[in-house]
Amino acid sequence: MGSDTVFGQVVKARDERAAIMDKLKLFHMKGAALLVGTLLMSAPLFGEVDLSGVWQFVRGQYGQENGGGSDIADYTGIPINDEGRAVGLSYSASMLSEPLRQCQYYSPRYASTGPFAQNIWSETDAVTGKVISWNMGAWIDKDIITVWMDGRPHPSLNAFHGFGGFATGSWEGDTLVIYTTHMKWSILRINGLEHSDRATMTQYVTRHGDLLSMLTYFEDPIYLSEPYVLSSVWQLNPKANSSRTSPACEPIDESPRMNNNASIVPHYLPGKNPSAGDYAKYYNLPLEAAQGGAETMYPEFRKKLKDVYHYEPPEKCIRYCCDTQDPAVKCLRSGSGKVQ
Amino acid sequence: MYRRKVMRRLLIAVMCCLCFCSSGFAQSAPSAKAAAPIDLTGYWVTIIVPDWRERMITPAKGDYLAVPITAAAQKVADAWDPAKDEAAGLQCKSYGAPALNATPTRLHITWQDDNTLKVETDYGMQTRLLHFGNWKAPGGPATWQGDSNAVWEMAGPGGRGRGPAQGGDLKITTTHIRPGYLRKNGIPYSADIRMTEYWDLVKDPRGVQRIMITQTLEDPEYLFRTWITTFNFKQEADNAKWDPTPCSARW
Repeated sequence: MGSDTVFGQVVKARDERAAIMDKLKLFHMKGAALLVGTLLMSAPLFGEVDLSGVWQFVRGQYGQENGGGSDIADYTGIPINDEGRAVGLSYSASMLSEPLRQCQYYSPRYASTGPFAQNIWSETDAVTGKVISWNMGAWIDKDIITVWMDGRPHPSLNAFHGFGGFATGSWEGDTLVIYTTHMKWSILRINGLEHSDRATMTQYVTRHGDLLSMLTYFEDPIYLSEPYVLSSVWQLNPKANSSRTSPACEPIDESPRMNNNASIVPHYLPGKNPSAGDYAKYYNLPLEAAQGGAETMYPEFRKKLKDVYHYEPPEKCIRYCCDTQDPAVKCLRSGSGKVQ
Repeated sequence: MYRRKVMRRLLIAVMCCLCFCSSGFAQSAPSAKAAAPIDLTGYWVTIIVPDWRERMITPAKGDYLAVPITAAAQKVADAWDPAKDEAAGLQCKSYGAPALNATPTRLHITWQDDNTLKVETDYGMQTRLLHFGNWKAPGGPATWQGDSNAVWEMAGPGGRGRGPAQGGDLKITTTHIRPGYLRKNGIPYSADIRMTEYWDLVKDPRGVQRIMITQTLEDPEYLFRTWITTFNFKQEADNAKWDPTPCSARW
């Protein structure tokens, strides 16, 4: 073997080694990039907290509203205007038997205050893994709410108004902010208050461990003089009774009286609602307080109650006095006057 | 040799990644005031919507709606006598920390020092001190507002490691509270009550700041289960409506 041959072999060996090292280098760089990439991908996107699960409404507030139901003409703390009050006072519970109203779902507004559990899940893009929407499940009489996260705009004001409205979401820190428009004219409160189809709702949803806190900011240029702001809390409970969809609804003949006389349209004319003063009487309240309005939301209204109306609490509770789950407690749990 | 170099670089990259991906980026601890992810200072007014008749006014004797009372609590509450409380100088029994957030009040929040947030109410003129850091309770008799330890909970870092944390909430744990009432009409809480709060701050569509408080109360004697509630406060521009009123056993 000549020196040239030896030199050639040395050069060849060196070139081969360099080629191997290059490959190795590339391999490690790719590996490092892959690892870093994986770590970055696995870290939650800023603010994208996982909200999925079954969330049970926590009983501990909205006592009567979520229990026996709010009394007729109890509008305390609700910033209704005169139109809102007039609509509320025209309400007759028989309205719910009208065929056209039997399948009228609860408003998305009720996604704020229960009483049923929320089943929340997301739809993700199969390729990018990005969340396309968050979904808040339906109840038997409330539609599913789809919260679009893909940046799509809200449709024209004249577009279809559905039972679930049209909702979009974005993250602010760890809070999901949901903006809902296109809600149908529907129930603001179960006792006859309504909201218009021009109402909008902004919800702030924040998770604290197994609690889901929600602040709801509800505006309606037709029936409210100020935003109606509600807060509520839900607790993670996979066993809570929940649903993702609502069953089909079919109107039936509920009232022979109405069915036999098509001219009957349940309602009360202004000033004719016989229950308009009941709530105020039950609790020694002036009618002005019971029938709501923005000023009843604020602490300074107490001054008026004291100095103008000389409010004194009733001597004792006579209805809807407790709702504790402790079976050892015997009390008036409904409006029947019966201790249970 | 080369492999070691690559591994070292890899390790540095992973460490950097972990640091930026985690919310608790360890540095020398700044004061709570400097580290605050949200600004809670200012004047705030409560908005009383749900359970209005239990919160805005003194509810009737025996009205315990929404409170998960035990039979022992019912027994105490059924014997509520405001005259007796007045005679004993206990008009502030319904102004303790567990009851305060639900009351018709305004809040004035300021920094007492770099690690203590002060929350004053005009309703009952109470003062809560929220202590951050390694604060240790001084001991002594329990007080209406108890001992509160506070901590900022930071929101996740800014988008795949880009930028600092944005926002967060305040978590407060309060114990050592003098026994009092959960509501004005005598629903009791015991000395063993434990209170946890989360304070979130949001800006509403009109640009007004709002605090949402999520509160849990655990009391083995008088609560059948954890009582969880929420409250919301709206920011006010100034103290024009601040109206200090002393404790009252009846109103």
